[in-house]
Amino acid sequence: MMFIDPHIHMISRTTDDYKAMYEAGVVAVIEPAFWLGQPRTNPGSMLDYFSMIVGWERFRASQFGIQHYCTIGLNSKEANNEKLAEETMELLPRYASKEGVVAIGEIGYDDMTDLEDRYFRKQVELAKKMDMLVLIHTPHRNKKQGTLKSMDVCEEHGLDPSKVIIDHNNEETIKDVLERGYWTAFTIYPGTKMGNERMVEIVKEYGTERIFIDSAADWGHSDPLGVPKTAKLMLQRGISEDDVKKVCYQNALDAYSQSGQMNENDWLNRSKIDQRKTFSGNTVLRGGYKPYIEDEDDAKNDIIIE
Amino acid sequence: MSTDHQNLDLKKLRNSILQWLKERLSDESYDKISTMSEALAGDAEDWEVYSSLSAVPRYTGKSPLELTDDELKEARNIRTGWDPSQWSVDQLARTLLLLSIAERDKDEFFDKLEKLFISSDMGEAEALYQSLPVLPYPDELKDRAAEGIRSNITSVFTAVAQRNPYPADFLDEDAWNQVVLKSLFVQTPLYLIVGIDRRANDKLADILVEYAHERWSAGREVSPELWRPVGPFIDEANLEEIEKVLNHEDTLHRQAAILALSASESKAASNLIKKYQDVLHNVHKQEINWHRIGEQYDAAR
Repeated sequence: MMFIDPHIHMISRTTDDYKAMYEAGVVAVIEPAFWLGQPRTNPGSMLDYFSMIVGWERFRASQFGIQHYCTIGLNSKEANNEKLAEETMELLPRYASKEGVVAIGEIGYDDMTDLEDRYFRKQVELAKKMDMLVLIHTPHRNKKQGTLKSMDVCEEHGLDPSKVIIDHNNEETIKDVLERGYWTAFTIYPGTKMGNERMVEIVKEYGTERIFIDSAADWGHSDPLGVPKTAKLMLQRGISEDDVKKVCYQNALDAYSQSGQMNENDWLNRSKIDQRKTFSGNTVLRGGYKPYIEDEDDAKNDIIIE
Repeated sequence: MSTDHQNLDLKKLRNSILQWLKERLSDESYDKISTMSEALAGDAEDWEVYSSLSAVPRYTGKSPLELTDDELKEARNIRTGWDPSQWSVDQLARTLLLLSIAERDKDEFFDKLEKLFISSDMGEAEALYQSLPVLPYPDELKDRAAEGIRSNITSVFTAVAQRNPYPADFLDEDAWNQVVLKSLFVQTPLYLIVGIDRRANDKLADILVEYAHERWSAGREVSPELWRPVGPFIDEANLEEIEKVLNHEDTLHRQAAILALSASESKAASNLIKKYQDVLHNVHKQEINWHRIGEQYDAAR
C-alpha cells in the first residue's frame, strides 16, 4: 500500500528515517514551513530555511525514493517577532511560486495575539492573491476557540473551504471543521496530539470524507512512521482497505493536488532510484559509499561499514 | 582567459533562444514567456521577477529541448563551447528571462541574480548555473561559479561542471582544480568537463596522484579517468603509480594508463610505453580515446 505523509518536518529527521519510511510504503511527503524549536532572530535564517526545504531537503528525499513537497509561510509563533515577521512577509512571494510548493502554511494561531492575527490575515490575503491553498496549524492551547477563529478569518477573507486544510484536529474540533467544508487533518503524534487508537474510532464514527492523517514528526518525540503504522492498525481493527487508502493517501492527494504542484505521476512514473547514475555523490553518499540500487540491493551484512 | 566570450552578441543570442522556444511551445505558452521576458527587461517589480523565474515550468513543461544539429551549431557560433544539447525547454526559457534582467543596469542585474541564486530551488539552480557561459560580465561571475562547485546537490554541481564552457574559460587554477577533483570524489565523469585537457596543470596532477593513493589505501577503486589530466605531467616522480595502473586487472584501466603515458613528453614515459606494446597496440586497434574510456567506465559503474 502507498502512503503520503502530508505533514512532516524532514529537516529534523535522519536519512535512516527516510529509508524506513520508504520501506514502509511512504511515497511522498509535504514539509510545511514552521519554526525550528528555537526562535530565529533574523530574516536571513528564514531565507536559508526556505531555500533548504525547496532545495537540499528535496534532493535528500529523492535519494531515498520519496517525493518531497513543501508549504511556505510564516508560522504563528514567530509572527510575534514583528521585525522578523515583516521581513519574512517580503520573502514569501520569492518562494511561493516554486515547483513543489503546494500551499501557504502552516499558518494560524499559537497564543492568539494581535500580531499573530495580523500576519495570519496578511498571509491569507497573499494566498488569495496568488491563488494558493492554505494549510492551517491549529493551536495546542485553546484549540477549539483557535480553530473556530481560524475558519472565521478564512471565510472573512473569502477563501473557499475546499482550498484550505485545517490540521491537528481532535475529537473536539472535527465536527465544526467537517461541517464547514474544510479538509480535516489529524496528526498522529504521541502525547500532545492524536493517538492512533483514537484515530481508528474517529474514522469509525465520522467516515472518511475529507479526512486524512499525518505524523508532523519533527525534532520532538514523534514518529515518522505515524501514517503507515496507523494504516496497519486501522486494517487490524476492521476498517476497509478502501477507507484506509482514503485517509492515508487519497484524500491528502486530492486536497494538495489542487495546487497543480503535486501529481501522482511524480512517484508512479519516477525513474528507479539509482544513486550511481542520477544522483551519485553528495553528503548523503560521501564519496566512495557503495550506491544503493533499487531491486538489486543484496541482503547486507549489517556490521560491515565500507 | 577566453576572448571568444567578449564578442558574445547578446541580441543575437536572445533572438536565437526566442526562435528555438517558438518552435517548441504552443502559441499561448510562447506568448506568456515572451511577455514575461519583456516585463523583466522593463520595470517588473521584484516579486514579479522572482515569481516569473519560479513559474516557468508551469508554462513550458519540462521536456527535453532536443535542439537540431543546425541549432546546436548556431549555439556554438554564438558562444564557443556552448552546449545546450541536454537542456530542457524550461531551462532555456529561464536563461531567456535572465538575459532579460541583464538588459537592466548592471547593479540591478547583479542584485537580482544573486537573490535568484540564493533562493533557488533545485530546478532553478540548475538553470542558473547552466546559463553562466552566456551571461554578460562573465569575469564577475567567478565566485558564483565556484559556489556552484561546492553544491552538495549533484545535478547542481554537474550544471556547472559538465557540458559548460564557463569553468575552463574563467575559473582560476585552484577553483578549476576543484572542479576536477570533486567530479572524481562524487563519481561523475570527467569526459563531460569542457576544457579538461586544455586546463591540465602540474598542481592538479599532484593532487590527483595523491587522491589515487588515498583511494588505494582504503581499498577503493580509482577511476581510469583520473589519469587523463595527470598524463602530460608523468615523469620519474609518478612513474610507479602509472605502472601500477598498467597492470590493473581491467583492460579499461590499462588502456587509460597508456593514453596518459602517450600525453607525456618525458623520456621515462616513452620508455615505459615500450614495455607495454601489447596494450598500446590494443589502444590503437580499437581506436580508444578518453571520451570512450569515460563513457564506458560510467556505463559500467
